[in-house]
Amino acid sequence: MARTNLFRTTAFRLTVLYVALFTASVLALLGFIYWSTVAVMDRQTTATIEAEIRGLEEQYAQRGLGGLIDVIRDRSGDGGNRDSVYLLLDPQRGPLAGNLAAWPPSATGLSEWVSLDLMRREDNRLVAHEVRARTFELEGGYRLLVGRDLYEKTKLRRLVIETLTWSLAATVGLGLVGGIFLSRRILARVEGVTRTSRRIMQGDLSGRIEAGGSGDEFDRLAESLNAMFEQIERLLSGMRLATDSLAHDLRGPLTRLRGRIELALIQPPDPARDRDALLDTLTQADQALATFDSLLKIAVAEAGAAATELKPLDLSALARDAAELYEPVAEEKGVRLETHTDSAPSWVLGQRELLAQAVANLLDNAVKHTPAGGRIDVRTAADDGEAVLLVADSGPGIPEAHRARVLERFVRLEEARSAPGAGLGLSLVAAVARLHDARLSLGDNAPGLKVELRFPAAETPRP
Amino acid sequence: MRILLIEDDQETADYLRKGLAESGHVADHAGTGPDGLAQALAGRYDALIVDRMLPGMDGLAVIRVLREEKVATPVLILSALGQVNDRVRGLRAGGDDYLVKPFAFSELLARLEALARRSGSDAETATQLHVADLEMDLLRRTVSRAGRPIELQPREFRLLEYLMRRHGQVVTRTMLLEGVWDYHFDPQTNVIDVHISRLRAKIDKGYDQPLLHTVRGAGYSLRAPD
Repeated sequence: MARTNLFRTTAFRLTVLYVALFTASVLALLGFIYWSTVAVMDRQTTATIEAEIRGLEEQYAQRGLGGLIDVIRDRSGDGGNRDSVYLLLDPQRGPLAGNLAAWPPSATGLSEWVSLDLMRREDNRLVAHEVRARTFELEGGYRLLVGRDLYEKTKLRRLVIETLTWSLAATVGLGLVGGIFLSRRILARVEGVTRTSRRIMQGDLSGRIEAGGSGDEFDRLAESLNAMFEQIERLLSGMRLATDSLAHDLRGPLTRLRGRIELALIQPPDPARDRDALLDTLTQADQALATFDSLLKIAVAEAGAAATELKPLDLSALARDAAELYEPVAEEKGVRLETHTDSAPSWVLGQRELLAQAVANLLDNAVKHTPAGGRIDVRTAADDGEAVLLVADSGPGIPEAHRARVLERFVRLEEARSAPGAGLGLSLVAAVARLHDARLSLGDNAPGLKVELRFPAAETPRP
Repeated sequence: MRILLIEDDQETADYLRKGLAESGHVADHAGTGPDGLAQALAGRYDALIVDRMLPGMDGLAVIRVLREEKVATPVLILSALGQVNDRVRGLRAGGDDYLVKPFAFSELLARLEALARRSGSDAETATQLHVADLEMDLLRRTVSRAGRPIELQPREFRLLEYLMRRHGQVVTRTMLLEGVWDYHFDPQTNVIDVHISRLRAKIDKGYDQPLLHTVRGAGYSLRAPD
């Protein structure tokens, strides 16, 4: 990632968004704290002053001027509240009582709130104290000022604001660090995905995304992407194999075909022989087409493209049908073909056409390789949550060392060279098995070959 | 038969027209979807051969329009797409049969004749089938020849029914495999031939006149003696 693009990266945007959100929520929280401390204190002061004015007014009404002066003296004296500020003036503006030296010049009107700066001696220093006060006129032209020294409260407020500012700063700082850390971490993993995709785009199909191992969303993303890459790799290698096989197996017959035609053209025309040559080339063309067809089917089965078309089908019925198709051929060869299937359906999810062809291929092989007097058994059974299909013959079998190899394309064992076929039968079976998530195993039938396909059993479909 | 061939590949079209003419049929040719549709709507044909991929208008779309216009002429679809679902899609669009390229001409001919014949008969609803002295009762599931009952396995019964419904026509191995077994692949062994010879042993053995004939290079035919 180029540094110049920092502002365009998701990391940056995520961080900004994260910090903004974080700050906003912290601001809201701090605002609430401020409101419920400092603002409440201010309101309390106001309420206290108002209550006191009402009290003093009552005193004046009940006990007259003298009583009022007494109360004020009492309250502003040494025994009173040090924070309280009082001043009572007579109608001629002469001070009568109170602890304030003079009427503040700013308080010109009556019944209004004023803010005063009061100088107080504290530890031999004069310190300005803020005072919140209210003026009031009593009957008879007397003026009253009642206030509260806010010094302590201002100190507290300052403390609160300071604290709030610091915590805001800390929050933003932490949010920034956290945001950067978080987005870095996320984007590092996104970067991993990008890197791997790039590698794959450049042609290295084996690249896979590393999972963090925690099983989080990114691991799941990596998992499904890896599965996708695997499928792509499998499809591509399948295609490569298909083209290789096509080239391999079609070049032969096409070359022979061409040779046959060329030979017929070189020789002097002879209707009978030319006709033979034509028949021959037709047969060869048909063989090439059949091979082509098988290869396409294998490619389709291997690509898994038809996986979505898997439908519930009865494996037992499918096996019975296929066995019934081959039974007469087997009998003609002197081979007994027996079917052992449950009458109860054995449901699997499958593609009927491909499965039927796979079973037909197995039977075809079995009939071809089993000598007269032998037998072929077709069996289906339910076993441990799996649907099992078994085709066993009493032919020569396949030596253990070769069993894996015969599932590959075009592999025909030396012993089988004399029998016809392009060597694609078992590889189609293998491809169809893979498509159906079935396990294919070749075993020894002592003597003979035992081919077993184990399908994951499907639920009985609802009619 | 008068046949309309809608096929954009000139070489295939020439080969098919020549082949159809050799077999005594008359074939008109259209090279694009719209041309084919216009000709099919204007002319009277016994059967249509429609290629799936056509310039101007897809073959299946042509068939769909024809069916919407209540043209019931049987249609044989030709296609290079041979997957099961391609076939299903083709038949669903209104095609009557589906043949995958490349094909043997004898296969095409047999299917075409079967299609044209089928549209002209009401044999589908019959409960009894007769070919010469061979009788089949579809309700009681019994078969007899010259009054003598013949025991058949269920599959043999279906095989014979398929042949009797198309008596006098050539039926190819692929048609049998599709029509009787519902398999659309080509088994490498001659499985069908063995089934046929078993059936033949049951219905023809011991009778002077054979009914089930092998047609060289094409398939089989069940027909009454001339």
